[in-house]
Amino acid sequence: MSSKGRVWRFGDDVNTDLIIPGRYLDNYDPAHLASHAMEGASRQFAKNVRKGDVIVAGRNFGCGSSREQAVVALKQAGVSAVLAKSFARIFYRNAVNLGLPVVISPDACDLFIDGEGVIIDMSEGVMISESRRVTSRIDPIPDHVRKILDAGGLVPYIKEALARRANV
Amino acid sequence: MAGRTLAEKILSRASGIADAKAGQIVEAAPDLALSHENTFLVGKSFSELGVGQIWDPSRVVVVLDHRTPANTIQTAAAHARIRQLVKELGIEKFFDVGEGICHQLLIERGLAKPGQLILGADSHTTTAGAIGAFATGIGATEMAGVWAMGSLWLKIPETILVSLNGHLAHGCFPKDVSLHLASVLGPSGAEYKCIEFTGGHIIDTTISGRMVLCNMAAEMGAKAAVVPADSTVMVRYIGCGPLPCDPVQSDPDASFEDKLDVDVSKIPPMVSGPHQIDKVGSVEKFEGVSVDQAFIGTCTNGRLEDLVVASSILKGRKVALGCRLIVVPASRTVLEEAIDMGLIQTILSAGGIVLPPGCGPCLGAHEGVLAPGEVCISSSNRNFRGRMGSEEAEIYLASPATVAASAIMGKISDPREVLSNEL
Repeated sequence: MSSKGRVWRFGDDVNTDLIIPGRYLDNYDPAHLASHAMEGASRQFAKNVRKGDVIVAGRNFGCGSSREQAVVALKQAGVSAVLAKSFARIFYRNAVNLGLPVVISPDACDLFIDGEGVIIDMSEGVMISESRRVTSRIDPIPDHVRKILDAGGLVPYIKEALARRANV
Repeated sequence: MAGRTLAEKILSRASGIADAKAGQIVEAAPDLALSHENTFLVGKSFSELGVGQIWDPSRVVVVLDHRTPANTIQTAAAHARIRQLVKELGIEKFFDVGEGICHQLLIERGLAKPGQLILGADSHTTTAGAIGAFATGIGATEMAGVWAMGSLWLKIPETILVSLNGHLAHGCFPKDVSLHLASVLGPSGAEYKCIEFTGGHIIDTTISGRMVLCNMAAEMGAKAAVVPADSTVMVRYIGCGPLPCDPVQSDPDASFEDKLDVDVSKIPPMVSGPHQIDKVGSVEKFEGVSVDQAFIGTCTNGRLEDLVVASSILKGRKVALGCRLIVVPASRTVLEEAIDMGLIQTILSAGGIVLPPGCGPCLGAHEGVLAPGEVCISSSNRNFRGRMGSEEAEIYLASPATVAASAIMGKISDPREVLSNEL
């Protein structure tokens, strides 16, 4: 698994009300949600985010509500991965279940700058700036999480498991 | 063998693995699976899975509470779809618009039981720890997986033991204890952990009060929060037949990651300021901030004893000119009892607005959305920027007593100055 994009840098405790405010949640259309992604934290994000871009944040990313639309909004907006010092647990699970890679990196938030082009190489466990000046270590994705991400999320993962069961 | 925590015991039973330990990943089967309006999304993912039947519809609870009655055509259509879905799938534990908040109903209607594993598609599922269940939040797609497979992976958490001792001072309530804990732990101090409450003060704490403590633990990142079931809890289950599982306690020699001792008698009325739970201090620090809206309700503080305290302050007084007081009982039962006790009349006479049971304006969808520049003092659990409406509004969190005192003064005020000494 690898991806390439630009860095969007955020701080600690980015909560789900900042990622997608509650007032937008009665419309489940992913494009609608993406058009308000990160609205509480950055007015520029939804307008300028491009496919492949990477969110780099501090501690406790995604704290607050269990709203899965927070992940839908980011994924639909084109975000290819979120790196953070730590994640709030429900956001982490939601991201895995919807196939958005979430990776713990103790130092990415301190090393990379906004807008910088980066390449993430999950198998090598690194994020590298395109200028090659900065490399950040990223923690390996645990196996029980990786197999869900590899399947593309929980729904395809369970479908594959059920199909295997039916074939036995 | 070393002793085991309550979390280890419940998750061992739910996963069928004897002696599962903190840090271990298990496949656990819930006793209850709760969802609210996001049942719309659960149903969508569930139909994609193509399994047809829910693994055990008798363990599924669906409650419409977040946007009730419907605030938009889209919400109304989602509600309609959910009503259809619960019929199709044979979900009998369905609570329609107006019955109350899901976390309130789990306990009030006796659905949650000591020793259970409860999964809820809501971050405040931790509330059910008040009766000795291990209750934790997940997302909607994951709930669809639970509906289909009857289990999910969980990492058994380490436990932080919080020992509460002493008696609360005049004007101080479980919410103040929670806000004090938030000042100690911060918004991620209990991330991935189970908080277990113990100590002499817990014995004196009502189930409503325990619900406040377990609810607010989510704001410190806790995966679950639990008060081991004691006689206060067990008396509720007398005559309800045998429990599906035994109530459990942590062993005295269990391994706890951390222990906190709190003398609750030293905690003053607390307020959390914008825009994060740990911007917290005693009410004096915030006194005098002008308030446009005061809100009493939610899964944190919308129960009968909250309305009793608030009404005692409001009785014979008026909400300040220029301030709105919005009261949302946590359930139909709470509303009925509050009517019987004359509390609703007191709130109305004081100039308050009473809205139907549900989540109310807490999540910023309706029923009291804030304008730019407005200030709300709320008995809810979150004061994130933009949570209740405009990003330029400010939310302060406090106990129902502090909210009521602030409503009559039109500014953040110390409840001790207006609260009878008997409460």
